[in-house]
Amino acid sequence: MQSLPARWISRTVTVLVALLLLAALPARAQLSIEITGAGANRIPIAIVPFPGEAALPPGLTSIVRADLERSGLFRGLEVPPLMPQPTEASSVDYAEWRSRLADALVLGSVATRPDGRYEVRFRLFDVVKQVPLGGVAYTLAKDQARATAHRIADYVYEKLTGEKGVFSTRIAYVVKRDTRYELQIADADGAGEETALASLEPIISPTWAPDGKRLAYVSFENRKPVVYVHSLLDGKRHVVANFKGSNSAPAWSPDGSKLAVSLSRDSGTQIYLINPDGSGVRRLTFTSAIDTEPFFSPDGQFIYFTSDRGGSPQIYRMPASGGDAQRITFDGSYNVSPRVSPDGKSLAYIARNSEGKFQVALLDLSTRQVQILTDSDRDESPSFAPNSRMILYATVIGGRGVLSAVSADGRVRQRLTVNAGDVREPAWGPFIQ
Amino acid sequence: MRVILIAALLAVLAACASTATQEQSPAGVEDRSPGQPGGAQSQAVESKPVSGVDLTGQTGASTTASALTDPTNILSKRSIYYDFDQYQIKDEYKPMIEAHAAYLRDHHEAKVLIQGNTDERGSREYNVALGQRRADGVKKLLLLLGVGEDQVEAVSLGEEKPKAEGTSEEAYAQNRRCDILYKGEY
Repeated sequence: MQSLPARWISRTVTVLVALLLLAALPARAQLSIEITGAGANRIPIAIVPFPGEAALPPGLTSIVRADLERSGLFRGLEVPPLMPQPTEASSVDYAEWRSRLADALVLGSVATRPDGRYEVRFRLFDVVKQVPLGGVAYTLAKDQARATAHRIADYVYEKLTGEKGVFSTRIAYVVKRDTRYELQIADADGAGEETALASLEPIISPTWAPDGKRLAYVSFENRKPVVYVHSLLDGKRHVVANFKGSNSAPAWSPDGSKLAVSLSRDSGTQIYLINPDGSGVRRLTFTSAIDTEPFFSPDGQFIYFTSDRGGSPQIYRMPASGGDAQRITFDGSYNVSPRVSPDGKSLAYIARNSEGKFQVALLDLSTRQVQILTDSDRDESPSFAPNSRMILYATVIGGRGVLSAVSADGRVRQRLTVNAGDVREPAWGPFIQ
Repeated sequence: MRVILIAALLAVLAACASTATQEQSPAGVEDRSPGQPGGAQSQAVESKPVSGVDLTGQTGASTTASALTDPTNILSKRSIYYDFDQYQIKDEYKPMIEAHAAYLRDHHEAKVLIQGNTDERGSREYNVALGQRRADGVKKLLLLLGVGEDQVEAVSLGEEKPKAEGTSEEAYAQNRRCDILYKGEY
């Protein structure tokens, strides 16, 4: 048993080490998003600044507007200062808002509560039909302003488009600066980034557990690829697959009970199932070819994967318990990185064209039509937004790794960059429960 | 000095503690509607913090000097280069691999790690598999030459650890490569 001073010293040392580690984390470098293409018919929406929102910097309505505009489906209208400032409780002069060309209107207010927290209320109006569409009241601490603004944007988006918004979701990606790799987590708008893991060896293939609380990824910190699962809340991480040879390409089953991984422990690179705690390894493919990049269909019935069993890398599909595989892609000599949309309707992947360009392709799984969504030449690692509308992917622009996003119809485009550094390996997280 | 340090630590601890409390308690749920009809709801807003892990303070392995590192000895040659999309070992590398096989047969305690690499074109994960195929090819040849299975591990670094930066064919050719590393060197 340790004496009291000894315990105190050891605890102090622990804290010192923690402080040194914190000091080693570099200054934040936020992702900045540039909109490079928008939808054809954007809904004009007036979002009136909420009286009292100055108490919640950087404000709510500017974030709501930026979220909605970034989706490519909305156009925020400039609202001149109004006196008296309308709130969600004001009576709405629909004719006036119609004359300002607004189809939709958001009014709200922020009040300070006696306990020091804040109350945000807002209401959404359909100006064309002249009806209120609903509203929400939130209580929050000051540091939850951004999260609240994203919730409001999600509400407005869903009411007006009929599909769920993804503004409250988070993305993971890897930033490489010089010799340093950081696995970062940020809000879907690139703000509020946090470093989940910093390493001097590569980190690839982050993928979100369905619960949104853990990531699986591949780290090379042991001079070879090893699969880890990392809990974001407490930073605890554990090895899932560290067999002889390489361990890579983790994919969660939709219920979170299993991971599909690629292992080379027996012969060549083959696909296996494994429990997230590293137990229960079971081999799924038995070929002398490369079988890798497994990805579960959202119903959990199938695993899509990349294989060169036919002579060139192509995408195949097999039952999630293994068995006969069916070839999915036929055009071209290099089709890799399959990702099924969360709604199960389409398959995004990377296709190499006859000019040697690697581009994001989208296959409609019912019609078998293929659409090339990008005109860049070094695309990698596509990842669907949880509402299936946008595909986030890595590409290279001007010699630098950046993230881009494109809508499934190819119309809406965004680019996400960090100052000084390459960004790669994006993974869009699930809806927040 | 010590007092200041302790005070600073306590301040940081206090800050950490209060942050944790805030983060763990979700915002309260408000049952009131905004006061007009129209389907008001009320929800808690949670922010989920990320707890960071930093591995960058860890140091790499050291190497040991021996015949393996003597530049006049063929055993100091460790790299095998490949043509685009190929994993066959060219004849020019076979004497070198045979020398390593002989060394490993004579030194049962010696172990090697074969790291397969690719150029940066294409999928990172597919390149992990391609690099593995190259490394597996070297391992297979060593085993054929009588090296013990437990002396060799073949792994892939894919496109992640390029020897040459850039997008020229010269850089790509440098990066399509297997390296043989002896225990202590990795």
